[in-house]
Amino acid sequence: MVTFKLNGQERSFDGDPETPLLWVLRDFEKLTGTKYGCGIAQCGACTVHMDGTTRRSCITPVSTVDGSEIVTIEGVTGKEADAVRKAWVAIDVPQCGYCQSGQIMSAVSLLQMTPKPTDADIDGAMAGNICRCATYHRIRQAIHDAADILEG
Amino acid sequence: MTLHHITSTRRSFLAGAGLIIGFSLAPKIFAARAFEGIQAGGGEALSTMNAFVKIGTDDTVTVLSKHIEFGQGPFTGLATIVAEELDADWSQMRAVHSPADDKIYANLAFGLQGTGGSTSIGNSYEQLRKAGATARAMLVSAAAEEWGVPASEITVEHGRIKHAASGKESGFGALASKAAKQLPPAEPKLKDPQNFTLIGKELPKLDTLGKTNGTAVFTLDITADNMLYATVAHAVHFGAAVKSVDDAEARKVQGVVDIRQVPQGVAVYADNTFAALKGREALKIEWDLSKAETRSSDELAADYAKLFNEKGLEATNTGNVESAFTGNGVQTLEAEITFPFLAHAPMEPLDAVFIKAADGSVDIYNGAQFPGMDKNTAAKVLGLDPGKVRVNTQLAGGSFGRRAQFGSPYIQEAAAVFGATDGSRPVKHMWTREDDIRGGFYRPMYVHKMRGAIDPDGRIIGWDQAIVGQSILAKADLDESSVEGASNLPYVIPNLRVISHNTTLAVPPLWWRSVGHTHTGFAVETFVDELLEKVNKDPVEGRLALLTREPRHMATLKKVAEMADWGSQVPEGRQRGVAVVKSFGTYVAQIVEVSVADDGTPRVHKVWCAVDCGVAINPNVITAQMEGGIGYGVGAILFDAITLGEGGKIVQSNFHDYRSLRINEMPAVEVAIIPSTENPTGVGEPGVPPVGPAIANAWRRLTNSPVRRLPIVSVLSA
Repeated sequence: MVTFKLNGQERSFDGDPETPLLWVLRDFEKLTGTKYGCGIAQCGACTVHMDGTTRRSCITPVSTVDGSEIVTIEGVTGKEADAVRKAWVAIDVPQCGYCQSGQIMSAVSLLQMTPKPTDADIDGAMAGNICRCATYHRIRQAIHDAADILEG
Repeated sequence: MTLHHITSTRRSFLAGAGLIIGFSLAPKIFAARAFEGIQAGGGEALSTMNAFVKIGTDDTVTVLSKHIEFGQGPFTGLATIVAEELDADWSQMRAVHSPADDKIYANLAFGLQGTGGSTSIGNSYEQLRKAGATARAMLVSAAAEEWGVPASEITVEHGRIKHAASGKESGFGALASKAAKQLPPAEPKLKDPQNFTLIGKELPKLDTLGKTNGTAVFTLDITADNMLYATVAHAVHFGAAVKSVDDAEARKVQGVVDIRQVPQGVAVYADNTFAALKGREALKIEWDLSKAETRSSDELAADYAKLFNEKGLEATNTGNVESAFTGNGVQTLEAEITFPFLAHAPMEPLDAVFIKAADGSVDIYNGAQFPGMDKNTAAKVLGLDPGKVRVNTQLAGGSFGRRAQFGSPYIQEAAAVFGATDGSRPVKHMWTREDDIRGGFYRPMYVHKMRGAIDPDGRIIGWDQAIVGQSILAKADLDESSVEGASNLPYVIPNLRVISHNTTLAVPPLWWRSVGHTHTGFAVETFVDELLEKVNKDPVEGRLALLTREPRHMATLKKVAEMADWGSQVPEGRQRGVAVVKSFGTYVAQIVEVSVADDGTPRVHKVWCAVDCGVAINPNVITAQMEGGIGYGVGAILFDAITLGEGGKIVQSNFHDYRSLRINEMPAVEVAIIPSTENPTGVGEPGVPPVGPAIANAWRRLTNSPVRRLPIVSVLSA
């Protein structure tokens, strides 16, 4: 039995302990905002926050999250999350939208650690998140805009 | 219960709702729409104006999009067109997918319902203007009746219906149900485009919000009570078949429910996705390769090149090409360019959910690009009347052509997987990224052989091009999509010949974002650049001199040259390249600035892009499609190939060896839209073709080596 905190609530899982967190979230918790894209931590569509940092849930066996705090796109809150969403909506970042949960989780984490990121910081934090629609141009802009919102 | 979790009660409710289609659409259908995550307006109280427009008592206007939304923007674009003629306020507009119906919701360019060829806006423009104008006329007529005033004195603006003389005023919602009962005008009056107030404006997209908080629902997100999760083990050779299966270990995996052989491979059914994947991993399958493609990509290229000596299919032949090359003092240039197979790799791999209702009918939830074809195909596989199958189109995580397949081979597999069960449990069938990368339906491999002739005065007088590759439409005769962009060369060259050679492989081909232009655009635009260089002409000026019959090509090219300040000093270590390609009726010219990165690969710093797509419905969407098309094209041209290795085995399997462009590799992009009053044309694909050749042209100037094989990095690492 694995127990962990999910978006602030205590949860437990007693299935196959090898099950990646991604499928626990999607199939068992019915939190489908976190997406499957590759299964090998190459695309970042499955990005969640685990104990305050980004984590690729597709390669994270649920056994390793015992006692941890997991936050998904459905539960991410705070001033960085608000600023990121506001900036994302303002310039219509998403196209197909499938990767955007992961993009947003990575962007929120970046701003939590680096409130005023440079282009190089953005490259470093976001290069693990693939967008096949190539909305990168607007993702970069939106992160800078979110930093401006945070600065007030 | 979340909105996209289907309980049995709701399922039986849906079963009835799906039967009602088209003009008689009942509000009930919107129960199904709720699963899209992008909400229709109006709750249950919707009035139907026509097949495309519904108005809610809450004043919301919901447009039924006959085209699938997978990022290219039809929800927003089609709603803009309706809102314009309806004189609605943008804030009241909503959009959802229409039901599947090959007649009512036909793409007027295809004759059946379908999204592709960048036609969504073009084929819908007049139809949806009329749908909006009709709804407006019906609202006005209802107001006239309600208020007892002449319809001619009623005005509509920003979603408010007014009668100035009496001071009467209403929103759409209060009059919607009365309006729905009015006789629609035979020929609704359309606006003079000069009076457009929404078309041409930077309106925010309708589907953004749900895509920033995890609530947008894609096919993969749909769950149902007691649902099975299924995956299929596929061969790594095209044309292989299952010889024998040992499923003993797979059946021991916790959560695996059953294993069945289907025509496409071996299906594993489980209680959750991971169990299905683990079960699939544990299968021991022996494959029969007797009918498989066993040649490698290199062997295929060698076989393709042999076809240049054969006659081929004539796509165009004007003037006298042979004599142009043998005239006195004629200089010639030759090139052979090899293009690899390309996978589309949309972020959401192919998937579908099948649910059988109590009456034996079946609901399918999928990213249906050809919904009617998907419906008919599934019905055939399941042995049902097509009337017993409902396709509920979902938002899709990209496509780039991948979801538009004649005969719906993916749905054949998903239906076979569902059909191999007793149907008592809903089935979600999903492909993994490996299934996707190795799943075929690639942009075919092509080899082009080019010859150019220059007369002693430096004029390009001869162009001879032969193209070898699969016909995407599997034609024995000429497939226009193999030669488009070359056979109708925009440049005035007196002696022009384009020959096509079709090949037959076990590797299934498909259109890939911009179809033939993915390779013809590259071949034409790199070769004309080399010819111009050979006669010391400027790439922009030289093209303009050859484009005398093509004013829109000229205008976009001039615009992009102005944007980039073409001819100005380029930073040390960088070079620029240019290309202009018309595809799907849209003209796009791009200039790129490139340097050599530390690892020896091209680094694309900036792309300037000018686009002429006729009337610009929504500049925000057009610009986004140019940005995205550029990023998609840059990634493919620099990095991507699907390769058949020794014995024909597919080499690549996932994003680690089938690279996608990443944010640190994305160039800065600047887009300008040419003002136009021509009918609107598409923007989903046309941003792609010019960027590859523009990069190759810059790269040739940087390195003195022309690009003869794609992707560019394949030559550098060879």
